[in-house]
Amino acid sequence: MEGQDLPYVLIDHIGGKHGVYEDHVEFLEKHFHLITMTEYLENKKFLSNKIRAIYMWYHRPVINEELLQSLPNLKIVASSGVGIDHLDLKLISSYGVKVSNTPFVVSTDTADLGMALMLASSRRLVEGYQIAVSPDTEYFPADWLGAEVSGATLGIVGMGTIGYKVAERAKAFEMKILYHNRNRRNKEEESAVGAIYCKKIDDLLQQSDFVLLSVNLTPQTHKLIGKRELELMKPTATLINTSRGLVVDQDALVEALQNKVIKAAALDVTYPEPLPRDHPLLKMKNVIITPHIGSATKKTRRLMMENMMESIQAGLAGLPIPNEVLL
Amino acid sequence: MGEGELPGLLVDEIGGKHGILHGHVAFLKKHFYLITMKEFLEDRKRMSKKVQAIYLWWHKPVIDQELLQSLPNLKVIANSGVGMDHLDLKLVASFGVKMANAPRAVSSSTADTGMALLLASARRLVEGYHIAVSSGMEYSEADILGVEVTGATLGIIGMGSIGYKIALRAKAFEMNILYHNRTRRKEQEERAVGATYCEKIDGLLQRADFVMVVVSLTPQTHKLIGKREMELMKPTATLINISRGAVVDQEALVTALQTGVIRAAALDVTYPEPLPRDHTLLKLKNVIITPHLGIKTDKATYMITEEAVENILAALNGLPIPSEVLPS
Repeated sequence: MEGQDLPYVLIDHIGGKHGVYEDHVEFLEKHFHLITMTEYLENKKFLSNKIRAIYMWYHRPVINEELLQSLPNLKIVASSGVGIDHLDLKLISSYGVKVSNTPFVVSTDTADLGMALMLASSRRLVEGYQIAVSPDTEYFPADWLGAEVSGATLGIVGMGTIGYKVAERAKAFEMKILYHNRNRRNKEEESAVGAIYCKKIDDLLQQSDFVLLSVNLTPQTHKLIGKRELELMKPTATLINTSRGLVVDQDALVEALQNKVIKAAALDVTYPEPLPRDHPLLKMKNVIITPHIGSATKKTRRLMMENMMESIQAGLAGLPIPNEVLL
Repeated sequence: MGEGELPGLLVDEIGGKHGILHGHVAFLKKHFYLITMKEFLEDRKRMSKKVQAIYLWWHKPVIDQELLQSLPNLKVIANSGVGMDHLDLKLVASFGVKMANAPRAVSSSTADTGMALLLASARRLVEGYHIAVSSGMEYSEADILGVEVTGATLGIIGMGSIGYKIALRAKAFEMNILYHNRTRRKEQEERAVGATYCEKIDGLLQRADFVMVVVSLTPQTHKLIGKREMELMKPTATLINISRGAVVDQEALVTALQTGVIRAAALDVTYPEPLPRDHTLLKLKNVIITPHLGIKTDKATYMITEEAVENILAALNGLPIPSEVLPS
């Protein structure tokens, strides 16, 4: 098959911080004629009619009205990851363009990272590493302690696929599991992980040693955890966020940490990402931040790419789209 | 209560670098008359007869012939933690002194440390943290990708109570579990965690994505993991050590990590602790070192002291000692 026969797919850029990976490009180019934004902008006249799909990696290229208007033959936008809060679904739909994401393939990696952050925070792993490698360290003090994960109480806010997988893992650490969700899970699911439903989020916040956020970002979950919620938490509690930065009122979080209203935080997501370099969260000893690596394993990113490719191919062929996001 | 009523318990020091934790003192004083090494040395004549028990914290005070000879009424030495490699068990026994460790208190906490290191290494958490908080690090996302934990193969070397608790945790991550141990566990126990016995360590090393070392340090396990063992491991594999530094041939480990023989290592223990500040292990990007976190939680340390007190009181009352350690 010659390059020209392959469908034209728009991507943002290749390599660098958030570009499409070189080895993924190699694979994708067997099926698509990839056009970067730079190439597109240099040759809009010729390319705008050709582009039939957008491959959105790490929320880029940004889809706005201008772009949609200039791509008359655009059929589908495939977005990496499970979150779709960065997409104006109504707008895209109004142009007759379909949308897909990659919901299931990210679940276990994200649950694993939630557990990694909880353990690292509780046992002070990052601080410990710094002590272990610091040029000033002469001995390891005996009274330098962390807090136990085994047997503690974990409150999961958002018991979707990812939240439930966190519960399955936490159960093996003999943790007591509370959860808060829009809908209650069924009895079998609850008893399989020993999870207790908290209809009111307050009950979960007041009893948990660890509060893990695993919700989608929607208008309802925007700033779900604010000053009030943080004050309901135990002063010995840790907040873990693997969903979206905007689910937490970040300024309220800074204040809560500074005033010891809660003990610590571990955040894979912030708003914005990355935070400005002078942000107080970056300097706090009791805060672990990771650069949105929830699904960042070689294998999962590869699967995400393959899923997106399948969705695009189905969309272009007029077939049912795997992982389609409906309004 | 006066000095004469409670049995004397010798400890190295209270507080300070490696001393008994301040939070434990009140509990200890309920049962014992506490004597620090400093007080003992300042008033040997009077103190030496009072000491009926010694409570070791972070391997101190050092138990040698001289000390044993100077304590005629010593009945028992209780060790905090489970490792006994710092004690000459035969020497102590030759003085008719009993020994005990604290296995129950340490297992969950140490298993958690093992899992914390496994996850942090696999997901490159420390590197990620540095990128997230640095003042302006350029990086390529493709270069910071980690390896999956869910569904990977974990090889546990040493399936005692800590190793078994690790297997229980790893099972929840849908890991495929292999184990190597002096003795095979019962079939029921294997089935409960889905663990497959590897009679030869080689089989485990060749198949595991994560190798977790959880053995006691003995002459047999000294440098158990050396050049040969690391070369048997997959180049994509991670070595996690939560036992004792001397179980791993550290020089061979440096070479293996630098030449890509294995992917990464996560070490809660080294030899010595801490490592000299110019040691290569401190500089390698694919190594996480932690300061012997094993049991370093408020809960676990307190439980250790409770378990030690239980052992000491049993010994002093001539009752069976719950966690007695006999010289092999």
